[in-house]
Amino acid sequence: MTPPDATPGPARANTRLPELYRTMRRIRTFEERVAELYARGLSAGSMLHLSIGEEGAAAGVAAAMRPEDSFTTHHRGHGIFLARGADPARMMAEIGGKEAGYCRGKGGSMHIADMALGHLGANAIVGGGIPHVVGAGLSYKRLGTDAISVAFFGDGAMQQGLLYESMNMAALWDLPVLFVCINNQYGMGTRIDRATRSIEFDRRAEAFGLAAAMVDGEDVEAVHRTAQALADGARGGKPGFMAISCFRFFGHGRMDKSPYRTAEEEATGRKRDPVSRARDALLSQGLNDAAALDALDAGIAREMDATIDFTAAADAPAGASMFRDVFGPGEPEPEPLQSRLDRILADA
Amino acid sequence: MAETEITYRDALRQALQDAMRADDTVVVIGEEVGAYGGAYGVTRDLITEFGAGRLIDTPISEPAIVGVAVGAAMTGLRPVAELMYVDFLGLVMDQLANQAAKIRYMFGGQIGVPMVLRTQGGTGRSAGAQHSQSLEGWIMHTPGLRLAMPATAADAYHLLRHSLTLPDPVVFIEHKSLYTRKERVDLDAEPTPWGKAVVRRQGNDLTLVTYSRMVHVALAAAEQLAKQDISVELIDLRTLNPLDMATVIASVERTGRAVVVSEGPLTGGVASELAARIGEECFDYLQAPVIRLAGEDIPIPVSPDLESASIPTAALIVATVRRMLRR
Repeated sequence: MTPPDATPGPARANTRLPELYRTMRRIRTFEERVAELYARGLSAGSMLHLSIGEEGAAAGVAAAMRPEDSFTTHHRGHGIFLARGADPARMMAEIGGKEAGYCRGKGGSMHIADMALGHLGANAIVGGGIPHVVGAGLSYKRLGTDAISVAFFGDGAMQQGLLYESMNMAALWDLPVLFVCINNQYGMGTRIDRATRSIEFDRRAEAFGLAAAMVDGEDVEAVHRTAQALADGARGGKPGFMAISCFRFFGHGRMDKSPYRTAEEEATGRKRDPVSRARDALLSQGLNDAAALDALDAGIAREMDATIDFTAAADAPAGASMFRDVFGPGEPEPEPLQSRLDRILADA
Repeated sequence: MAETEITYRDALRQALQDAMRADDTVVVIGEEVGAYGGAYGVTRDLITEFGAGRLIDTPISEPAIVGVAVGAAMTGLRPVAELMYVDFLGLVMDQLANQAAKIRYMFGGQIGVPMVLRTQGGTGRSAGAQHSQSLEGWIMHTPGLRLAMPATAADAYHLLRHSLTLPDPVVFIEHKSLYTRKERVDLDAEPTPWGKAVVRRQGNDLTLVTYSRMVHVALAAAEQLAKQDISVELIDLRTLNPLDMATVIASVERTGRAVVVSEGPLTGGVASELAARIGEECFDYLQAPVIRLAGEDIPIPVSPDLESASIPTAALIVATVRRMLRR
């Protein structure tokens, strides 16, 4: 498919840029607080994958979705969930492994989910959540709803076979599904040019019969327009694919010192900043003045600061909850080791 | 309803048909489940009644079949995914073990994955090392999965119907050598409760614990032993998760001896788990070591002579029981 017109016009009354900027700023600030949570020893582990630099992808696509739509994400999905309406305090509490978190402290950063917001789950297996949206699309088609389901994944998943099985089925069955690749240039430490010679990802999707586009993730409005066109198509039974190019500002996880890329590569990449670009556009188009944006940013900073305080004060899950929710309500639960020992060794 | 004669295959088909009539959200997803009627004929003609929208033929993409079933189960359908051979678990273990089995727990109990993965395994058709395995140990070793392995047509029907009412993923492993086995059953009769083992034969000298096709091998052995005045009790576990140890323990405490029979490979397998549990739970009652009779630790060979020799036989069970009883 031909990408929608990517040429921004003059200041438009109907622009969603202020809202998209706010979403992106909230994501960036949240991710900065996640890093702080880890630095202060309040996170559950170090497997925290920040999406700083990728805010344009999350905000742009999320704004093209409806409340009834569902989605799955990869392990770098904090921003997407926030953009879909997540409560940052409950997110942070989950990242801290606390009972007040979205998954009662059992999922954490990489397995966060919320059925009320259509979040069918972040996934720590590369490509693992992709077929779930095809299944959701099958449900929506069979049950006759207007919803679509969106799979978010990274460039790493472009080299996973399950993606192609999933795209093939979505196209074959005309399902209301959108595949979104957030190409941040690195699969952990492997830059995309060391992972494949086929970097025109849209051509791969087109080969399966999907509507496909590639878009620059630094331009959140272009992302949004492209996503809106593809989402509309998906809702009509024409599944879509989009690859959003961006740059991962920081390492893979918190332990990653980025030995696989140079300081110059990082400095150049970080110039591709969707948040500062949107801010500049708001100012140059006269949609906001600097003082108003500073006030907005300061309010977001306060909101996100509070998520750390909330997490620090929240309770850990009770020990007995360990055995809960392996199976459904009322179903036989696994026997704890201690109770088995007490029975077997009762007379010893 | 009166008793009718029915095969294991047709009992499974009847269970699917009855479940699909009772619940519009039940769909079958898999390779050749529609027009072909299933590689072993379990879904034969169901497409005539329910259409291609509910008997969903797929490309040969096993990981996506299971992954799509997971997503569908989370969003309002109750899918039955068919994996043509249990050997293909190697292709789908991520979607089964990392996704289906863990979603309820990882997400703090927000949602379950009410799907059934129907598949079949075991030897008996010279199908070779990649189409003859007994991989229930892989499933049993994965928290979050239920596991049913029916030995009879009646259980095939009732366990499948029950599986389609559960809130969690069920792996339902049929045995390829049982499909044509005929039985007189009353499908309307009250079934044995889910998760409960059944005593197929009562006895006093020793307890045989088994499941799936080995139930019939063990029954043949028990009949031969009876002619030699050796009385064995035979327990069919029916489900390996939940695992009904209470029935096993009650029996072994009475007989003092136990032999566990499984078609799967010996090492690290289901028989080993059962023997360990009996050893721990019944130690004070045991008069002999718990013996495991299981598949040899080899890939399954094609030659019928080698294939049949690679798994426990009735003769082996008879000889083993006699040695344990010194008779």
